Amino acid sequence: MQPGCTRHRTSADKEAGSSHSWGVYDAPRMRVALFSTCLVDALFPDAGKATVTLLERLGQQLEFPLDQTCCGQMHANSGYFEPKLVRRYVDVFEGYDAIVVPSGSCAGAIRHQHEMVARAAGDETLATRAHAVAERTYELSQFVVDVLGTDDVGAYFPHRVTYHPTCHSVRMLGVGDRPLRLLRNVRGIDLVELPRHDECCGFGGTFSIKNPDVSAAMLADKMESVLDTGAEVLCAGDRSCLMHIGGGLERLRAGVRTLHLAEILASTDGEAPS
Amino acid sequence: MSTGELVWGDEGWAGPTFPENAKRAVENSQLRRNVRKATTTIRERRAGLVAETPDWQQLRSAGAAIKDDVLEHLDRYLEEFERNATARGAHVHWARDATEASAIVTTLVQEAGQREVIKVKSMATQEIGLVKALEHAGIAAHETDLAEMIIQLSDDRPSHIVVPALHRNRAEIRRIFLDGMGDAPEDLSDDPHALAEAARLHLRRLFLKTKVAVSGANFAIAETGGLLVAESEGNGRMCLTLPDTLISVVGIEKLLPTWRDLEVFMQLLPRSSTGERMNPYNSIWTGVTQNDGPQSVHIVLLDNGRTRALADQIGRQALRCIRCAACLNVCPVYERTGGHAYGATYPGPIGAILTPLLVGVEHAPALPFASSLCGACYEVCPVQIDIPTVLVKLRHDAVLAEHHRAQDATFAAAANAMSGRRRWTAALKLAPLMRFIKHGGPPPLSRWTRTRDFPDPPRESFREWWTKRR
Repeated sequence: MQPGCTRHRTSADKEAGSSHSWGVYDAPRMRVALFSTCLVDALFPDAGKATVTLLERLGQQLEFPLDQTCCGQMHANSGYFEPKLVRRYVDVFEGYDAIVVPSGSCAGAIRHQHEMVARAAGDETLATRAHAVAERTYELSQFVVDVLGTDDVGAYFPHRVTYHPTCHSVRMLGVGDRPLRLLRNVRGIDLVELPRHDECCGFGGTFSIKNPDVSAAMLADKMESVLDTGAEVLCAGDRSCLMHIGGGLERLRAGVRTLHLAEILASTDGEAPS
Repeated sequence: MSTGELVWGDEGWAGPTFPENAKRAVENSQLRRNVRKATTTIRERRAGLVAETPDWQQLRSAGAAIKDDVLEHLDRYLEEFERNATARGAHVHWARDATEASAIVTTLVQEAGQREVIKVKSMATQEIGLVKALEHAGIAAHETDLAEMIIQLSDDRPSHIVVPALHRNRAEIRRIFLDGMGDAPEDLSDDPHALAEAARLHLRRLFLKTKVAVSGANFAIAETGGLLVAESEGNGRMCLTLPDTLISVVGIEKLLPTWRDLEVFMQLLPRSSTGERMNPYNSIWTGVTQNDGPQSVHIVLLDNGRTRALADQIGRQALRCIRCAACLNVCPVYERTGGHAYGATYPGPIGAILTPLLVGVEHAPALPFASSLCGACYEVCPVQIDIPTVLVKLRHDAVLAEHHRAQDATFAAAANAMSGRRRWTAALKLAPLMRFIKHGGPPPLSRWTRTRDFPDPPRESFREWWTKRR
């Protein structure tokens, strides 16, 4: 049920956890932390709240260490390697058995960039620590399906929804069809396939500002695909890509809203919680 | 020392950087349609063939491993190749850069007493700007690949590694033939068969009278000293067999250790490049064969930045590239800009890493940023080049080389704000200001709001909600 829940615990963790972490199970409960990502923290708290609602409903006692800030992806992808952001992430989350991230892109950066950034700064110790923490870092759908072992979270959401599989969640992390399996089990949902779904929306972080014309051209095609589905909701596991596609749809007054995967999975009364 | 045409320096091609070139490209509806149609067709053909190849992923791994072995022992394999090619009657020359390579070829043509050469399609000769160099020496070089001929006749530039005239449609090609070919029939239609026939008649005259051919090579076999050219039209076979003298310009990374290694690459290349199980023409020659084919065979081994790329521990994997262009065909950026926007011989995702690795990132600083990092290129690469990771690494190099003061300061300030709980909490208080730039704002934010709204800022940050809730 909870693979790896004791494997990564250090004796210090066990000591710290023993005072409050023993639940109704025989095995010690995992210490699970939420890494909200800086974007969700600052601009899209609803995606963070929905992640909390969902995971607590699934029996997890989430912690949100307040010293967390940003994984450093925007910096790294723009050419600015910031080992201090990697160090902060590692320092804050090293003591947890699992770290859940409601973003395929940020989870991908943690898994695939942190080591490189540490190594580029010549800090082998940090690289080793970063590697270990990255292995315990899960994108939301990975955590629910692989760690909690379920693809039915008991949600109810009677709306026409289309799902955009974000590039980093699919190609960098390999989440596969986990998000779709979760969505298919949502009661009442009318899930329609997005045409050309494997094509990038054109966000690409600072690419959207450094190459605004190509980004907009890619966005135009993505919006065409979304509108083709007749969906009222566009869903994805990354608020960053949704900020871009949603910003385009809003500009067009297209009448399609964007929701994070967590917001649909957290819903039990038919509406996105807020 | 010159790297030739790796980066287009003249005619204003490389003047504007990628973002400006791309802006003009995305506004060109004809270009958008031509490129999209062509890349979609090849992409689908490739996908179908990969789906029917059960050991595709193992082939990719094998291809990467063979090339990594070559790169690790390049010194040994190069000398082995030279030894074996020489023993079979070929003359091997070494060229450090474009200038040296062009000079060697020019001298060889002059020594053969010729003023004309026919050319097989070759990226290495594009890269060193050979046609222009020969022209300067009074030697006319005729491209014989159909698409390269279209490019040459219209004084254009290639826009794709495998399909260099993919930005042209057949109506445009008819016009180019009528204007530039000299012997095109006056009633030429834009029917593809008629266009091909006109080219065939034009080329046949060149094949029969020209005494020197210049080629590249897809692979060079260290074990035998042989070279291989894969092609679709048969023009290559003509060039490689009819003339008296054959000069091949070959990048030093084109080596394969053994003949058997072709088993892997002859499966990877045609499926990835043209979407075929096998190329229609595969020509392999090893030195000179008495009284059969060219009796004077020369091989110019070209560095031109490859040892510089090899010195980059993360970037060196780009030298595995077999020039299949599968990454171009799946790239959402290339699909919307075409190849000219990259302003370099190698366009698309592979060009965005290969060009800066070969010439130095300070000479092509915009290219590593010409990608949304979606990773589609890495997924299809037959030799598993992790293009997104190399792009990020090169962005880092570009930032260190460039020093954009305003940008450096912005990112430093952001990193600073993210370096402590109190600073970050204070920075979050600025979020409500976003409502003022929802539809506008100063640059660079206006580059976002020109086509997209900013989101409405939330009433409270996530951490404020969490803290209140506990």
